[in-house]
Amino acid sequence: MTWGVITFPGSNCDQDCVHVLRAVLGQRVEDVWHEVRSLDGLDAVILPGGFAYGDYLRAGAVAATAPVIEAVRGFAEAGRPVLGICNGFQILTETRLLPGTLLRNTTQRFRCRPVWVRVESTSTPFTADIPEGTILEMPIAHGEGGFYAPPHDLAAIERGGQVVFRYCDPRGRVSPEANPNGSAASIAGVANARGNVVALMPHPERASEALLGSADGRRLFASAIAWMAGRETARTVTPAVVEAAR
Amino acid sequence: MTRAATVDAVSRFGVAPADVEDVRRRLGRDPNPVEARMFAVMWSEHCGYKHSKRVLRRLPTASSRVLSGPGENAGVLAIGQGWAVAFKIESHNHPSAVDPYNGAATGVGGIIRDVLAMGARPIALLDSLRFGVLDDTRSRRLLGGVVAGIAGYGDAIGVPTVGGELLVHPRYRENPLVNVACLGLVRSDRVTTSAASGPGNAVIYAGARTGRDGIGGAAFASTELDQAREQIDRASVQIGDPFTGKLLIEATLEALATGVVVAIQDMGAAGLTCATSEMAARGGVGMAIDLDRVPLREAGMRPEEILLSESQERMLLVARPDGVDQVLRAYRRWGLAAEVIGTITETPTLAARWEGRTIVDLPPDALASAPVYDPAAWAPAAARPSRPGLETDVDVADVLLRLLAHPDVASKHAIFEQYDFSVGIRTVTPPGYDAAVLRVLEAPPLGVALVAEGNGRWCAADPRRGAVLIVLEAASNLACVGAEPIGVTDCLNFGSPERPEVFWTFREAVEGIAEACEALGVPVIGGNVSFYNEAESVGGERASGERAVPPTPVVAMVGLLDDVGRHGRPGFARSGDAIVLMGGDQVSLNASLYCAVIHGEDGGAPVNPDFDRAVAAIRCVREAVRLNILESVHDCGDGGLAVAVAEACIQGEIGAEVALPRDTAARGSCTDAWFGEGPGRFVASVAPSRLPELQAHAAACGAMCAVIGTVGGDALGLLWRDGQGGLQRRALPLDTLAAAWRSLEV
Repeated sequence: MTWGVITFPGSNCDQDCVHVLRAVLGQRVEDVWHEVRSLDGLDAVILPGGFAYGDYLRAGAVAATAPVIEAVRGFAEAGRPVLGICNGFQILTETRLLPGTLLRNTTQRFRCRPVWVRVESTSTPFTADIPEGTILEMPIAHGEGGFYAPPHDLAAIERGGQVVFRYCDPRGRVSPEANPNGSAASIAGVANARGNVVALMPHPERASEALLGSADGRRLFASAIAWMAGRETARTVTPAVVEAAR
Repeated sequence: MTRAATVDAVSRFGVAPADVEDVRRRLGRDPNPVEARMFAVMWSEHCGYKHSKRVLRRLPTASSRVLSGPGENAGVLAIGQGWAVAFKIESHNHPSAVDPYNGAATGVGGIIRDVLAMGARPIALLDSLRFGVLDDTRSRRLLGGVVAGIAGYGDAIGVPTVGGELLVHPRYRENPLVNVACLGLVRSDRVTTSAASGPGNAVIYAGARTGRDGIGGAAFASTELDQAREQIDRASVQIGDPFTGKLLIEATLEALATGVVVAIQDMGAAGLTCATSEMAARGGVGMAIDLDRVPLREAGMRPEEILLSESQERMLLVARPDGVDQVLRAYRRWGLAAEVIGTITETPTLAARWEGRTIVDLPPDALASAPVYDPAAWAPAAARPSRPGLETDVDVADVLLRLLAHPDVASKHAIFEQYDFSVGIRTVTPPGYDAAVLRVLEAPPLGVALVAEGNGRWCAADPRRGAVLIVLEAASNLACVGAEPIGVTDCLNFGSPERPEVFWTFREAVEGIAEACEALGVPVIGGNVSFYNEAESVGGERASGERAVPPTPVVAMVGLLDDVGRHGRPGFARSGDAIVLMGGDQVSLNASLYCAVIHGEDGGAPVNPDFDRAVAAIRCVREAVRLNILESVHDCGDGGLAVAVAEACIQGEIGAEVALPRDTAARGSCTDAWFGEGPGRFVASVAPSRLPELQAHAAACGAMCAVIGTVGGDALGLLWRDGQGGLQRRALPLDTLAAAWRSLEV
């Protein structure tokens, strides 16, 4: 299985994702330059965090017009797993591959801190292997992370089971106090209707090793590895690899 | 022309009148106007170190780890497994006073490029901030702007800001201090140099285009601030672009990886003038550049503007001719400007052409080696103000809450949260630990620790002792996380060196740093001097009394952990653990935070540190952390023992019962014991079963280790015996302590 991690000019977390996938989870990873037009040979793609193109126009707006985005669109339409993290989430909403948008935090400030999220849907590659209701600790680091969608869209997102993660306290309770950025319905992450495109504001790659305070984020990657292994048994993924990833 | 007329003519371009003769002697002629401007910036205090150079020679600079010491863009130390760290601290005080957001932002950008110029990937930032007391509109506005600037630049460039410090004092009101340190990682065999070499090699300009911003910024940093001039000075402040800064990091590391680059330096203060003259002078070669080939942001720029612009995010490289294309390709791939603008020449002259004619032609060394002064220095009349009278019947609980809420002590959470401290997946400890700990991803299980310290209150009372205490404090902070100090970079913030009583404080502080670093066996591998931190006018009126900032040497110290997984933590961990006071019992209320808060004055010289005891205690704690004996350990810094214990409770979210050792009250008041400050003191906790092991370890190290309490409950109880031998107890609920400590809003 081969992962691709896209590097836009201004991406900051691309090599963090590469490290977790390669060194922690033993995956094959390719750096994907923002100017490439094909994702052939890749099994899953990550749009990492950062400030793509400086985010000077509007977070994710310029990146959504990058050459690689057309390839990402095709990749998503083929049902392959796509994960957007932080700035990657912003970019995916700008491309309309995901619904909603990310507003300036209600605190009006950049916030970097650990948060807890509750897994709300297991119908995605990145959560298929994590029981619903599981509480995961991961850091956030963003200035524009307030999820917003108009009421009727929000209702559709909820109805369609597209809410994947919700901010909560360490015991799993959803409350305004546990919502770090004013996201509608405490939404920390969403999926497309099909479930293969997922994005979240917290950084799972920064919570994939116990030394850094939490290894909960690793479960997202491990879940996708198991999901792909289950789907594409034609490829040689041994149970040992899946187990190691867990 | 008469001599006076020449001095007038040349100093019109900003050269100090005292230096004009020197310029003429070195050139054997009068400089032309463009050259005169180049001398003005290169011989400014900021670039030239005219007043400080002789004194700085006192600092120890050698150790077996030093791969690159003072003189390069940043110091470099080997850490093992073929890897090294590059680090440096720099001030951006004046720009931040005028334009807090951009001043601070470009301070971050500048120090990142210094580390990058050593071939290192920047992996951590730390900042040390000083403002006037915060119930003041000016100080609030400056603090908010500076924090936003650090966040705005640091967050976007993707280098984590892992910690720092904030101290307030009325004398920083007009002239705040913004010092930023950066740490980078480089393979030991790939450390780069700024010394140009190889006649025929190409000189390459790379990065952002050159505009009219920041012209004369270095000279601006070398004068006193004047509020009336703030509007004019604003044109001297550069504007940073973290996006371009990020691209510059990636492109530069890519260019260096080709192996064709023989020298590199960033274009910071004095821009192209500084980079060309210093690189040529250090390499003992000449350089010929063509200003028409410099990528410009706007048309019609004058040659002196091109030479002096301090536009941000630019590097100058020297590369082998056969590798030029590779270098240009690396930068252009990242969307940056890159052009060959000249060549290295055999004849040691710096020649610049513009519109087909030579407009600058001088020996680079004449520019790069500013004259060295030997300024007068004498102790101010009241160098050691007397200690104020101390009442002995203060309410210990009330004082503790006031100290916890003081900005110097209070949690900087509201600031740190605005910084991305976890990008790069190296940050092992969240901000707020005694020192920041980062893992070395490339060389596990190594870790590096970083801390910045600089208590101006101690130094105002006694600059030499104060500086010693600062260095010991930094080493104590590193010990708490289990790190061995391996190097120091210092940022020396003082008033005008032309005033003998200010220069004396500078000389004394350097002496203190030198003494303490020698005692610890730690080299000073680079740094920065910032003079003229004083305001001519306060609120539009001529300042009365002392107008300079307190002498403020900020010491950034780097430590090494053999096993990053075994770092210490400050918060009490488990109910029932024994609390021990480790290290010396040398304490004093002189120049303490207690004095400042309760009496509103600095008062009296701090303790004269006993080096042997302090160093023994520091080593004892470090080894105890490494041996995994301790459950927690926290340094007793500002506010002394009581504050340290309270912080350990708050961070561990558990209470404690602590009693002063029996003999303490006999030697002084309980106030001294609870709030006195001194070197090499720690509050640690240990499982009762391992207490004997800890005591044996401390005895072997020659360090004190006294059991003073027990962890547990949801309140902090403080017990002591009064002068009559009666038992006193004051208790504070954990919530009350935490609320005071978390009260700082930014």
